[in-house]
Amino acid sequence: MALAFRLLPGVLSALVLALVIGGALGGVLSVAGHIDMAALLGDAYVLGILRFTVWQAFLSAALSVVLAIPVARALVRRQRFPGRALLIRLLGLPMVIPTIVGVLGLVAVYGRSGAINDLLAMAGTGARLDIYGLGGILIAHVFFNMPFATRLLLQGWAGIPGESFRLASQLGMTGGQIFRLIEWPMLRQIAPGVAGLVFLICFTSFSIVLVLGGGPPNATLEVAIYQALRFDFDLARVVAFGVLQVGLCALIVGAGHRLARSVPVELGLARDMPRPDLAAPAGRIGDAAAIAFAALMVLLPLAAIVASGVSGDAWGAATRAPLWFAALRSLAVGLCAGLLSCLIGAGLVLTARELGVRYRRPGLATAIELGGSLILVVPPFVIGAGLFILVQPVADVFAIGLVFVVIVNALMGLPFALRILMPPAMEVHERHLRLADGLGITGLTRLRLVDWPLLRRPLGLALALTTALSLGDFGVIALFGTRHNQTLPYLLYQQMGSYRMADAATTALILVGLCLALFIVIERGIGGRGHDRA
Amino acid sequence: MRTTGRLAAALIALGLAAGATAPAQAEDRPTLTVYTYDSFVAEWGPGPKIEPLFEAECGCDLDFVGVEDGVALLSRLRLEGARSRADIVLGLDTNLVAEARATGLLASHGLKVEAPMLPGGWDDATFVPYDWSYFAFVYDSEALKTPPASLHALVEDSDAEILIEDPRTSTPGLGLLLWMKKVYGDGAADAWEALRPRIVTVSTGWSEAYGLFKEGEAPMVLSYTTSPAYHIVAEGTERYKAAIFEEGHYMQVEVAAMLKGSDQPKLARQFLSFLLSDAVQAILPTTNWMYPVIAPKDGLPEAFAAPLDPAKALVYSPDEVAEHRDGWIREWLSAMSR
Amino acid sequence: MIALEDVTFRYEDMVMRFALAIGEGELAVVFGPSGAGKTTLLNLIAGFDRPDGGRIVIDGRDMAGVPPAERPVTTLFQEHNLFAHLSVEQNVGLGIHPGLKLSAGDRERVASALEEVGLGGFGKRLPNQLSGGERQRVALARSIVRDRPVLLLDEPFAALGPAQRRRMTALVERLRADRGLTVMMVSHQLEEARELTGRAVFVQDGTVLCEGTIREFLAAPPLPEIADYLG
Repeated sequence: MALAFRLLPGVLSALVLALVIGGALGGVLSVAGHIDMAALLGDAYVLGILRFTVWQAFLSAALSVVLAIPVARALVRRQRFPGRALLIRLLGLPMVIPTIVGVLGLVAVYGRSGAINDLLAMAGTGARLDIYGLGGILIAHVFFNMPFATRLLLQGWAGIPGESFRLASQLGMTGGQIFRLIEWPMLRQIAPGVAGLVFLICFTSFSIVLVLGGGPPNATLEVAIYQALRFDFDLARVVAFGVLQVGLCALIVGAGHRLARSVPVELGLARDMPRPDLAAPAGRIGDAAAIAFAALMVLLPLAAIVASGVSGDAWGAATRAPLWFAALRSLAVGLCAGLLSCLIGAGLVLTARELGVRYRRPGLATAIELGGSLILVVPPFVIGAGLFILVQPVADVFAIGLVFVVIVNALMGLPFALRILMPPAMEVHERHLRLADGLGITGLTRLRLVDWPLLRRPLGLALALTTALSLGDFGVIALFGTRHNQTLPYLLYQQMGSYRMADAATTALILVGLCLALFIVIERGIGGRGHDRA
Repeated sequence: MRTTGRLAAALIALGLAAGATAPAQAEDRPTLTVYTYDSFVAEWGPGPKIEPLFEAECGCDLDFVGVEDGVALLSRLRLEGARSRADIVLGLDTNLVAEARATGLLASHGLKVEAPMLPGGWDDATFVPYDWSYFAFVYDSEALKTPPASLHALVEDSDAEILIEDPRTSTPGLGLLLWMKKVYGDGAADAWEALRPRIVTVSTGWSEAYGLFKEGEAPMVLSYTTSPAYHIVAEGTERYKAAIFEEGHYMQVEVAAMLKGSDQPKLARQFLSFLLSDAVQAILPTTNWMYPVIAPKDGLPEAFAAPLDPAKALVYSPDEVAEHRDGWIREWLSAMSR
Repeated sequence: MIALEDVTFRYEDMVMRFALAIGEGELAVVFGPSGAGKTTLLNLIAGFDRPDGGRIVIDGRDMAGVPPAERPVTTLFQEHNLFAHLSVEQNVGLGIHPGLKLSAGDRERVASALEEVGLGGFGKRLPNQLSGGERQRVALARSIVRDRPVLLLDEPFAALGPAQRRRMTALVERLRADRGLTVMMVSHQLEEARELTGRAVFVQDGTVLCEGTIREFLAAPPLPEIADYLG
């Protein structure tokens, strides 16, 4: 009986997922022809693009995580500097803003006629930065992903018991020793999961790779998928691509997760204990450099976005009613999608941690997270089109178009919710399982008394992120959008497609501003005030 | 985590969102549903302007549905199949025409189409053209003082850097591919190889390329001869000009068609011929930024003066495109990867 | 050896005031009701808390501004004395070098320290494979290799059974006698120090109310509060 109750949330979530994705697949398969995997795997063109896709995703993930480590460490060590809280909120932005907005911001900084090249020219050196190539793809991916990876790593740091630092104080450990003996074991546990998520994100990167890649050899598999749809409308081939992507990514990310060493932790009370390694001047300089690096990395392109957003007739563009209706609609859709994402994610996490902690099957827990995350590499068109095909005979798709958008966006946000919620939920369970069981605190009471207070902060981050992701998402609404259902990104792309670049920049600025406001409001609202260890 | 509270909130919000999107249906008037691309239905686009005109004429309710672009339009049609609610599909271009016809979903319009402004005229039973333009390299006259005067000059003599779109993912990209093929024939692959060092990047679509161009990443971008008209009319600047090439320019024609499964065939036919009316043709240039197919009574703004001798308009027939496209893209890919 | 001169410390809404002197090689058992400030007292000596006023002198040196690692003190807490992901050997080795750069001679010292606490051969085990008492013994082994003159123990054996508590207390006493350590031990159970010779320090309401010898306190509690506490 207890077992059933414990597995229930996960089963419910899995059912919803199975229904939606299974239904979508069913819909697509009913109209697709015969799926020929062999033809796909034998196509030299496909294999060539696949190789590049995997390579750039791997490099991007590795680079993002490696760069995020010193930044997160610096933020943990320096708890009190002006602007720290705002900087941490800003770290969530690059992941959620529409790709083209970010790319144009990056180009304004790193492009041929960007700020850096202007500075180099002024300095008189002949050097010129040319970002169109693999380097540009990596810079862009680091911009979009490293800040979010930093926030995930911050969560990991928050999980190190304070008593470890007390011991370190007693033993007189230096910063380097603390990193090697205390922080690195935690990173071994968390970093592979973070890298895995970034890998999946970069694997399906479409615009960034094409626009900044410089040339057609630098393209991801998404191009081939788009080609299959564009002229031939070969749904079977698209499904085959989806299967290929899911299978390959499952292997790669699964292998990555195996690298994660689960560290035996004697969980303390996690009281805040001061670290002994803060005074060293080398450490101070290093931390300042890391924080400055992160701040510049995030702020420079954002500043460019702000600058182009307020130029021209920005006031005029910003005060048009349709823009604010679109904004309201975006917020409504975003909140629904975010809530749904977190609900489904929470269900999966609750069951995964039971399996991982109580029944001592951590492999199952990882498998659940991996399964939820692989949604990222299912071509969104498959899900959208599949749902469309499924629902069209029974309902007016236009009337409920936004419902589809909410559902698909919720699915797209699920991997993020899982990655944010899983490690803290596991840790809370490990720490309190015996005590709670011993006192008979189970079920909803357990959620209310134990989980809610301790998991509020990750929940706040998860909800803020999934809501903002939906806010900035264009892909799905493109399939279901009508004139009545305009959202902000839809308006943005409309403007960009009609020469109205200045108006688009203003729309982009408002979108970014809304996302930032979402992070601040939701994180504080759900996460509560409280010392900002993470 | 108040699970039940959350669930309730989510469901309510979903319901509200659904309700908010249900458009008000006027039961007494018939509805004509037109699928088109999103910039057509934008606030500043042609859609909102021609809607009241047609509704007055037909006594019906005109409902525009905007999807991302021409490609999405075709995908949507194929997904919906015979059950589609659409009566008209508006916004396919000539490169998609063959595939659109092959779906078997479109009906003959039965109209007599006169398109005097369209180079080469028009003769198709299914599709009605409503506007067109030439692909061209648009340049920033402040960054580039002497643009190349021909495609050959661009490829062989010029050192101007250019921004282009990917033919696999974008209509102008495919247009350039076809243009190069028309001019160079079998030598196209070598021409691409010669051009390659000056290509700054090959972007996903027109918006990205034009955005990069406006940021100053390169002095030239592949766009339309009508692009400068936007900057002249809407922004009042003559800074951006189209480089006119001696060999001629490749054409893009946008078309509309009615669906076999339409439940309002008479209205649909009426709409198609309405597209060719003077009222619409006069609105199109300064809202869609393309040339009309019929010269408006009151003439065109100066910015839309014909740039080329119509005899120099280059185009492959839709069937030729459908037949050779994949091979030509492969040829392009290998030239760009050498 | 240890002297607290007019040391004040504000903890929430209580101001603690400590004045205490412990001689070299002495054993002092600190006891008193919960919340009295016993742990705070030890934290102040160890350096985990900084006093608001007064002076702390250990071995003739003023400890103002001296971080915990540089004080001639080793502290053993009730739990969490070990890193769960490092082996017993490594945990003890941290006492010699906090970066675990150990020479062969160092490793021998580790092994002999483990022998001394009765855990010979346990070097490769992980803390979660040991019982509570064994874990505390590993912490004691570390204090041996650290070789500091002062040993502070904050109810280190509270989680153990009475027989084991006596054995561990005896072990501490033996270490103290063999090496001349100055030991301050916080305990709830003064009774269990019955066998030991040393000072008893009664702390209540954030201050040292009374000092004396253990024997005296047990035989005839000098204050009614102490009598109440001892029962």
